[in-house]
Amino acid sequence: MTFKEKTKILDKDDIDRSLQRIAHEIVEKIKATEEIAIIGIKNRGAYLGQRLAEKIGKITGSKIPVGALDITLYRDDLTEASSQPIVHATEINFDIEGKKIILVDDVLYTGRTIRCALDALIDFGRPAQIQLAVLVDRGHRELPIRADYVGKNVPTSLKEVVEVKLSETEGKDEVVLCEKDR
Amino acid sequence: MAEKKIVWTKKDLLGLEYLSKEEIELILYTAGSFKEVTTRQIKKVPALRGKTVVNLFYEPSTRTRTSFELAAKRLSADVVNIEIETSSVRKGETLIDTGRNIEALKIDIIVVRHNCSGAPMILARNVQARVVNAGDGWHEHPTQALLDMFTLKSKLGRIEDLKVSIIGDIAHSRVARSNIWGLTKLGAKVTVCAPKLLVPEGIEKMGVKVTTDISEALEGADAINVLRMQFERDGAMAFPSKLEYFKQYGITAERLSKCKKDIVVMHPGPINRGVEMSSEVADGKNSVILEQVTNGIAVRMAVLYLVAHTKEAA
Amino acid sequence: MSKQYLIKDGRVVDPANKINDIFDILISDGKIEKTGKNLNIKSGETIDAKGKIVAPGFIDMHVHLREPGREDEETVRTGSRAAVHGGFTSILCMPNTDPAIDNPAVVKNLKDIIAKDAVCNVFIAGAVTEGRTGKKLTDFDNLKSAGVIALSDDGSPTPDSMIDEALKRSMKAGLLLTEHCEVPRLSQGGVMNKGFISTKLGLKGISAQSEYEAVKRNIDIAEKLSARIHIAHVSCKESVEFIRQAKKKGVQVTTETAPHYFALSEECCATYDTNTKINPPLRSMADVDAIKAGLADGTIDVIATDHAPHTDSEKDVEFDYAPFGKIGLESALPVSVMELVDKKILSWDELIKKLSANPAKILGVPGGRLSKGDPADITIIDPDKEYILKKDIIESKSKNSPFIGWKVKGRISTVFVKGTIVMKDEIML
Repeated sequence: MTFKEKTKILDKDDIDRSLQRIAHEIVEKIKATEEIAIIGIKNRGAYLGQRLAEKIGKITGSKIPVGALDITLYRDDLTEASSQPIVHATEINFDIEGKKIILVDDVLYTGRTIRCALDALIDFGRPAQIQLAVLVDRGHRELPIRADYVGKNVPTSLKEVVEVKLSETEGKDEVVLCEKDR
Repeated sequence: MAEKKIVWTKKDLLGLEYLSKEEIELILYTAGSFKEVTTRQIKKVPALRGKTVVNLFYEPSTRTRTSFELAAKRLSADVVNIEIETSSVRKGETLIDTGRNIEALKIDIIVVRHNCSGAPMILARNVQARVVNAGDGWHEHPTQALLDMFTLKSKLGRIEDLKVSIIGDIAHSRVARSNIWGLTKLGAKVTVCAPKLLVPEGIEKMGVKVTTDISEALEGADAINVLRMQFERDGAMAFPSKLEYFKQYGITAERLSKCKKDIVVMHPGPINRGVEMSSEVADGKNSVILEQVTNGIAVRMAVLYLVAHTKEAA
Repeated sequence: MSKQYLIKDGRVVDPANKINDIFDILISDGKIEKTGKNLNIKSGETIDAKGKIVAPGFIDMHVHLREPGREDEETVRTGSRAAVHGGFTSILCMPNTDPAIDNPAVVKNLKDIIAKDAVCNVFIAGAVTEGRTGKKLTDFDNLKSAGVIALSDDGSPTPDSMIDEALKRSMKAGLLLTEHCEVPRLSQGGVMNKGFISTKLGLKGISAQSEYEAVKRNIDIAEKLSARIHIAHVSCKESVEFIRQAKKKGVQVTTETAPHYFALSEECCATYDTNTKINPPLRSMADVDAIKAGLADGTIDVIATDHAPHTDSEKDVEFDYAPFGKIGLESALPVSVMELVDKKILSWDELIKKLSANPAKILGVPGGRLSKGDPADITIIDPDKEYILKKDIIESKSKNSPFIGWKVKGRISTVFVKGTIVMKDEIML
């Protein structure tokens, strides 16, 4: 299956501004900023989470704890996956007990990944609160899950794919909308 | 490792002889991820939820069985332990019948330990369930070698070009054979050291150096794997006495002092203190014996995970 | 008066008579009446052997028939059918039955079964020691009177303490002693050839020494007593060399090998397939080459299958627990064609000699030859026919063979035993 690029949804500056806006929204909503912790969902969510944590840190003047979560072991669709996912290690080096966690992912689609992430997080401990920040919400939820902070809402059809490219992984920052080629 | 497209396609894990370098590295990498799970408060992930793992042990072994049991449970699998009295099974059910009967209970993975070499392979081709070899006769003990290599890698950062010496009853050791396969495939330089009668025929063809001299084996070694010495074999004494063995091959603090300062000392357990090594060495700063045990769980979790989610080879 | 048959246009390969040419053969009254060109018969049946090889019926000097005692593995009936299917019109059955063939009563009982059930000639080997336990010699003269034509404790060697006396008495009784060469002290507990492969597989090895040391003992005794001895199933290069040297010296030693020793090697055990568990074991490639060389230069006189049937339930177990042995009657010819004739180790003349003329001479039985007046034991071979050796075409009751499933070349098409067709165009009658 190949993809054909259709339109660019976000460019480098758009991504940066979205993250900046989300950072401000988080600080506004969560008064007790010392309880904030960011956990990004591997792979790209982790890098976005890192950037978000830095931005929040600049606003509050403090260091925000940041972790990366590998949800492979919690997926319910392993037998359907077309390729066998590699299990990477989860890196959460702080206690999540009582924290106000912001889960970060690049694209919110069916919601299943987020459900896995919630299961995984709860195995780590009992946070005070879990909120969700995503760069793009493309609709088509299959579970009752919503994002608290969204970079951009992009209505899509099921034939389309939202591709997020980051400098840490693909060497550049952009979000493009693609269509599945026959 | 992140974007490498190596996929696990094997239904069973029967031995390291049958794995490629990449497949071994995949297991070790996956074990690293599982090690993190074992440090959590809640040491459980749902990866094998709803799957059933049967430990079919024809040879008694509390430690290996417990290790596999814990690994399966931490993956949220259901575990059943079956221990077979070897003498009674000779008169009773055959291996294949036992396997098929277990399979009829709709189980997914059979972890089998057997006193006959080749038993897991014979079982594997007669059942649909995944088969994991927990030690067969003198043939292989793949998960032991994998956890040995995992421990080595975590202590020394790599396997390639490491000088590793395996010391003890090589002829009758499945741990030795699996380690030789795994280490040589990953580029280590392996030496085996044993009394002459316990050096098996043709072992050098597996790509190892052979010596009967303990000092030669220890010289320049980055790590040593000290095997358990069995003294009663087929009713005959394999070596004059335990004291004699200790004198000639025992790892003592004195022998160790002539080695590299950070030499890693491994043993598959259980240790015969004062025979294969002195208590001082077993409990000393170079010994990683307890870490091996801890790592065993992560490695076995990785093996069970991969085998349970085998993709058909393209 | 039995029917007349005319075998037309086949290539008659009769090494005992130095014949290798297109000839017709006329069979009358169960015997070979005439061999010639452009023969005709007034009444009777004509068998078209165009494109086929017409040979004296094969004689297998080493077959385990399992009756009495293990009729679940094989019977005289099924074993003799398997023999004919493989081109063998005569077989020598080994005495390791239950009870062992160690006294005249058992011999008589077996002869009765043979008369009733066998579809080919079945000769009987008697045990050397009572019960084959190696403790007391049997009565060779009584056994001979009862009808045995050879002696063996096969499965086991004749013990060191008894071989002298056994050989002396066998000579006196005029019976061939065929010896299973093994030094139990050295081979004990072993399940495959001792070497790198057994090390790799973690299996206890049977050294070549455990065979060649016994071969040497037997040659030395035969030489000392000026006696005749036959070495069963030779498998390793040292044994072949000892026999070669002994023959040069004029020692009356003959020997046989089985197809698995020139077609398979120890590497075949890598998957723990118990059909590769044989005693003597499959050896190294160097030994395979030595066996082939031994066949080519005449050191090895006979190809005998050591047909050893075992049921699936006996073999479908751990390698250590499985009994030794494989069936061999129905794979001998195609395997020999592929490994010896096609690889130019033996010509057809030489192959037929090893399968019929030589065993007939060594055992002193009729057959192995197509002379006028000889019993019409004839095997007609389709030398180029390719087929899959499928389980369901095996006549033997047991199917324990690593050759099953192989694509093979060379098929037996028609077999006459004593002038009666037992198999016609690949179909057992």
